[in-house]
Amino acid sequence: MKPVIAILKRDLLLAWRQGGGVGTAIGFFLTVMVLLPLGIGPDLGLLQKIAPGGLWIALLLSVLLSADRIYQIDYDDGSLEQMTLGPVPLELVAGAKAMAHWLSSGLPLAIAAPFLGFLLNLDTKLILPLLGAMVLGSIGLSLLASLGAAVTVGLRKGGLLVSLLVLPLYVPVLIFGISASAAGQAGPDISGSSFIILLAVTLVIVVVTPIASGAALRTFMR
Amino acid sequence: MKLIGENLVCERGGRTVFSGISFTAESGELLVLRGRNGAGKTSLLRMIAGLNEPVGGQMELQGGRDDEDIALQCQFIAHQEAFKPAMTVAENLQFWSDFFGGGDILDALEAFSLEPLADFSAALLSAGQKRRLALGRLAMIDRPVWLLDEPTVGLDVNSTEQLRQLMRKHLDGGGIILATTHIDLGIKETAVLDFNAVDDQAELTSIGEAE
Repeated sequence: MKPVIAILKRDLLLAWRQGGGVGTAIGFFLTVMVLLPLGIGPDLGLLQKIAPGGLWIALLLSVLLSADRIYQIDYDDGSLEQMTLGPVPLELVAGAKAMAHWLSSGLPLAIAAPFLGFLLNLDTKLILPLLGAMVLGSIGLSLLASLGAAVTVGLRKGGLLVSLLVLPLYVPVLIFGISASAAGQAGPDISGSSFIILLAVTLVIVVVTPIASGAALRTFMR
Repeated sequence: MKLIGENLVCERGGRTVFSGISFTAESGELLVLRGRNGAGKTSLLRMIAGLNEPVGGQMELQGGRDDEDIALQCQFIAHQEAFKPAMTVAENLQFWSDFFGGGDILDALEAFSLEPLADFSAALLSAGQKRRLALGRLAMIDRPVWLLDEPTVGLDVNSTEQLRQLMRKHLDGGGIILATTHIDLGIKETAVLDFNAVDDQAELTSIGEAE
């Protein structure tokens, strides 16, 4: 377990020192949230209606924005090569790096979202369900983004490819995430069951993506 | 302990890099890989480190830990140093020590006299200092087989001597070293694996004549 914790600690330290990932992602998130109401106009009822969807889409794109760097630098400077010789399989390395990405960009965004939601006149009843669904959903988003990053790690300018590969996989998280967030609008029953499906989707992603990422990284190393 | 490779064949991108390479390296022995550029010296090291799959032939580490891959008993010092410029020298070493379950980072710093630089950012190091930092990993992580790819590149005379001492100590402790290098490290127990010898002789002479 020690190697995994070491990677987690190092990636968080690097994210904190370099600031790139988190800063860019939160800056992007904030920009979208500020511009959206300006673009749509001062219709409070309309804004309230689209608030959860707007927040989710902004979260999704922000996570994707910082994703292509998850493995790229480690691949370029030879760290990944050293990690293949480590005492833990590459699958766990991939899992640890994706977890660090979630802690440094997905989680802060999910926590910031309800507050930025005030710019969209977000219904206060929705704050808690939205926060819960986003914290859970962002785990899946980070892991899927890390899978896209792993599959394109050896390619220059893989950014576009990451988006194309990952966006379809984001759809289930987005659909059940939004319907779990929209408690007041659709009724508590629907949002409760959506939350459970979101949990199931996330669990599947947690199990499958590190294995797939590990395999992809191993292929690129050869 | 004995590392054996038999009739190894390496293919990269559809091209056969080398074929029919066999070697034996015993405890306390340095095996130097020689050959022209592109002969596959680095590819062989990467193969032993599990980064290339051999297309043919087999490898075996006798007397090692049988339950572990050969790769897990190797330390591979490649061209890339694998250090983060945003972290200090000490933090970088501490990470690799934690990751590999290694020992005290002081050993790594002392082996190449890097103690004064411990608290400085790794971004400030010169090429030679980065190389020393990478080689320092050898001193703090305990693995029996060392795979060194051009370890002396960028090193000054003193550091080369420190590397020689470190290798000496490892060999005396029963370790095995495979290294690609073009300089004489002054280690007695040296065997040479010559990649040119197994190559097509005609091709070699024609290269020689052209020069």
